[in-house]
Parts: sequence; structure tokens; C-alpha cells
Amino acid sequence: MSAPTSQSNSLAHYKSGPDFFRLLCWLASAVTVLTLGWIIFKIVESAWPAIHKFGWDFLTSSAWLPNRERFGVFPFIVGTVVSSFVAILMAFPLGLAIAIFLSENFLPAPVRQVIRFVVEMLAAIPSVVYGLWGIFVVIPLSKSFADWMVSVFGGVPIFAGPAYGNSLFTASIVLAIMILPTITAISRNSLSSVPKTLREGAYALGSTRWEAILGVILPSAAPGIVAATILALGRAMGETMAVAMLIGNSSRLSWSIFSPAGTLAGLLANQFGEAQELQVNSLMYAALILIIITLFVNMIGEAVLRYTQHQTAGIR
Amino acid sequence: MDNIGTHSLDFFELDHNENTKAMGRSLTNRILTGICVTLSLLTMIPLISIIVLLLKNGLPLLSASIFTELPPAAGMTGGGFGNAIIGTLVMVGLGLAISTPVGILSAIFINEYSQTSRLSRAVRFVAKLLTGIPSIICGVFAFAIVVLPNQTFSAFAGGVALSVLMLPTILLTAEQALMGVQNAYREASYGLGATRFQTIVRVVLPDALPAMMTGIMLAVARAAGETAPLIFTALFSQYWASSLNEPTASLAVLIYNFSTVPFPHQVSMAWTASLVLVAFVTIANVAAQTIFARKN
Repeated sequence: MSAPTSQSNSLAHYKSGPDFFRLLCWLASAVTVLTLGWIIFKIVESAWPAIHKFGWDFLTSSAWLPNRERFGVFPFIVGTVVSSFVAILMAFPLGLAIAIFLSENFLPAPVRQVIRFVVEMLAAIPSVVYGLWGIFVVIPLSKSFADWMVSVFGGVPIFAGPAYGNSLFTASIVLAIMILPTITAISRNSLSSVPKTLREGAYALGSTRWEAILGVILPSAAPGIVAATILALGRAMGETMAVAMLIGNSSRLSWSIFSPAGTLAGLLANQFGEAQELQVNSLMYAALILIIITLFVNMIGEAVLRYTQHQTAGIR
Repeated sequence: MDNIGTHSLDFFELDHNENTKAMGRSLTNRILTGICVTLSLLTMIPLISIIVLLLKNGLPLLSASIFTELPPAAGMTGGGFGNAIIGTLVMVGLGLAISTPVGILSAIFINEYSQTSRLSRAVRFVAKLLTGIPSIICGVFAFAIVVLPNQTFSAFAGGVALSVLMLPTILLTAEQALMGVQNAYREASYGLGATRFQTIVRVVLPDALPAMMTGIMLAVARAAGETAPLIFTALFSQYWASSLNEPTASLAVLIYNFSTVPFPHQVSMAWTASLVLVAFVTIANVAAQTIFARKN
């Protein structure tokens, strides 16, 4: 009789002591989950007058005229998407090359250590410092390159002149440098998690290093590299300061990548400080579109990444 | 040596044609390696350029007084960014004060109390999504919940914006830190008769603390450099702040404001502020990695 009693006593003790701490942890978890909902709710609530007034036209209209209370973000959506894609085009080959370089042993370990350090430093530099550097270094270089491109390929609409220093192209160059660490880090992870047996098998069949990389290692790491690229795209679309300082913040649509453009994030950065009434609501609406686009892109990226981990776990 | 090679090639019935094919293969190999190494080394150019310019343009104005004086008015020279440094520290501190308890307690819940419950899975999912939302959205959120009701830009609003930015980093690294604690420790603690609470506080947390600190330092490094969440929450100020409820200067916003004005002195000051900011962020990052390396 005495044994069960003491056991239930100790269980009671076990339960009474820590419960409040568990409750505290539970509350913190609830706060974390609610934060995202709260963010979306507050933005929708503040955007409501603009959503009500403009509806879907907000997405397709090209007029951003605070004085006349007419707002539409089509050029900014286009600018966000195009600048990010151009940045990916530039960053992808570089990022992939570095990821391969870091996961293979072409050069001695110290050299790889240096490259890894460089990439980590690139990730650590604040966006606004990239912007400052971009103004003084990238804009002049990009302008002279663009002038040359216009003189040679000016007939092609996307390379049409006149070339500006503050342009979509300039912003994309700096964006590419900024997202390079994201592409590199995730691609390197998926490259180095390719099972050793696959690589050894390729070598055993007599393939050279690059035949093994191109024929076996890259294909098995491909989903991870795709995920890295998608996540980097999400990053690029939300990037604000450097882009706002370099892209020219124009609401005029242009076919040429050498013309000024604007992004949703840049629009928010430029106008929120001095906005009033309907303009605030419209900016909130633009923020809502930005959050939907980036959440969508990131969810796809995460899903692909999870699929990758699932798959390689099976082989090992 | 050469003889043996030829002989063995003959043995495998490789004719001259196949031999050149093998040489072609090794040439392709070398070219691809060259391309890969060149592209990797190419990334050093922007970093070197940034560092050289930070030093070249930033060092001339670096002095003791720049840390203690107020920013110069438009077109004026002299002055410093003492208020911006204080502002950055205060807002990062506020962000930490909000996000650290929430992040670490959430991590304890999802790793120590219920790893597979619906709430825990929701926490992990939301934390992942929060890492992906643009930092400017944190600013928009703080604008909606603090600036609009208070009718003023404030350091408090900036701190709230930064806390949202820091939360996922702190939470996810804290979860990793807790996962790194060996189960044998927990079992030994239970075996000695400790409660769950005692086990977490006395055994699990002390062991996970260094790795958690790494996450906190990474969050500090990231938040200190962020401009977008502060630009329309804390705004900027030319003066020393006397409360948390007024517009407040920060290094990041100072760099943004001063980089686009036509006054050379202000632009030099933006470079000096960038140098200070990059130094601070680098120190925080190195500290994070040192703590992490010591633990392992």
C-alpha cells in the first residue's frame, strides 16, 4: 500500500512545481506564432481604406500620384521582380562556382578558408553600406558599361539608351553581391551532403573529377541548389536600402535595364516617413503585396529544401 | 614509367584516338577547374574594394570627438555622431530585451516540453517564415502598432521593429543549442530525482548557453546594421534623445541620410559611420563564432 502512495506523491510534486514555467514557455510560443498573424492583420487593417478604394486596380495601375490621391504599384511590382531576376542571373554562376570550389579540394584548405571568410564577410556588411559603396563605385562603373552596351546593342529594347547611373542594372549588380552568400551557403550544404558512395562510385567507374561533378554530384544536389536560388530570390525581392539608394526610384515603366526603376521595398523606404492618410494606406497595401510575394517565394524555397533533405536521407 | 603506361594502354586496347580523347578529358577538367577557381577569386574584388574605401574615406574623420559630438547641420563641418551610436545601442538593446525572452522560452517549449505538438510545429514554421520576411516589413509593422497610435516616431518603435527582426534568429539558434544537449544529461538529471523544471534550468540551459549566446550575438550583428526597419519608426534626430518616445538617431539611418546629400563633409562622415558600423558588426560576428568554437 505504501509504495503506490509515495509514487503518486512524487508525481504530484513533479506536476505542481514546474507547471507555471511550462505555461510561460507555452505563452512565449503562442506569442511567436501570433506575431506573424499580427503583422499581417495590422498591415491589412491599415491598408483597408486603400484596398477598399482601389481593389485589384492597385496591382495593374501605373499611377503613383500622391497629390491627386491616385495610387497603383504595377511599375514597382515589375521592378521588384525584374531586378531580383537579373541579380539571380548574375549571382547564380558565381555562387555555384564558389559552392563547388568550397566542397571540393582544388586548392589547399587555407585558400578555401579565405574564400569562406570572404563570403561570410559579404553577408555581414550592412545593406546601407552596400548602398554607399554602390553610389561611389558601382554607379560610375555600371554607367560606363551601360554606355558601351547602348552604343553596341542599343537596338535591343532591354539595352536601349540613354543609360543612367541610377538604374535597375546598377541595383541588380549590388543585389547580386548581397545574395551571393545565401546561394553559396545553401548550395554548399547540399553539395557536401551528397552521399560519399555516389562520388566514390563515379570515380570507381573511371570518371574524371569534373565528370563526377557534372554527371553525378550536381544532379543529386540540384534540388538543394534550386532551393538556394529560390530563397536568394526571396531575399533579393525584400532587400531595401541598397536598392533604394541605387535604382533611381522611378515609377515610370521602361523596357531598358539601364533606365531608373523602382521596387516595392524602395517605395516604402522612400515615402513612409512623410506620408499622410490615403498615402499611408496605399503604402500599407504595397507592403501587403510585398509580404505576400516574399512569403510565397520563401515557402516554395523551404518546401524544395525540405524535399531535398528528405530525399538524401533515404540514400544514406 | 612511360613504357608501362603505353603497355597498359595497349593492354586495354586503347588506340591513338582514344588516347587523345583521354587528353581531351583532362584538358576539359583543367579548364573547368580554372573557371571555377577564377569565379571564386572574383568575389574577393567587391569585398576588397569595400574595405579599402571604408578605410580610405572613413579613417580621416575618425577621432575621439566624432564619438561624442552631435551631427553637423546641413552644409556645416565638424561634429560627430555620438547620438547615433547611443541610439543604435539603445534600440538594439530594446530589441534584445523583447526578443530574447520570447525566443528562448519558445525554443524551450518546442524542444523540451513538446517536440511534436501542433503548437511546436507551428512555432518552427512561423520562425522559418519570419526569417524570410523583408526587414522593411518589420518597420511597417512597428509603424502600424507603435508610431500611428503614439503619433510620434520613437526609439521604442525602432526597438519593436528590431525585435521582430531578431526573434527568428534567436529562436532557431536556441532550438539548435537545446538539441545539441546530450540526452544522457537529461536522463541523469531525472534519474537523480530532479523535476523537469530543475532539469531545464540547472542542467540543459547551462550546457546550451554558449550556443544560445552565439545566436544572440548574430542577431545583434544583423540588427545593428539594419536601416530599413528604423527609417520610418525611429526616423532621425540631430539631438541627444531624452526619452524613448521621441525621434532617435541611429548609425544606419545617419549613413543613409548623409550619403545622399551634396555636402562633402557629410559624405565623409557617412563613410566614417560605415567604418564604425562595419567594425561593430564584424566584432559581434567574430564574438559569436568564438563563443561557438569554444563550445565545440
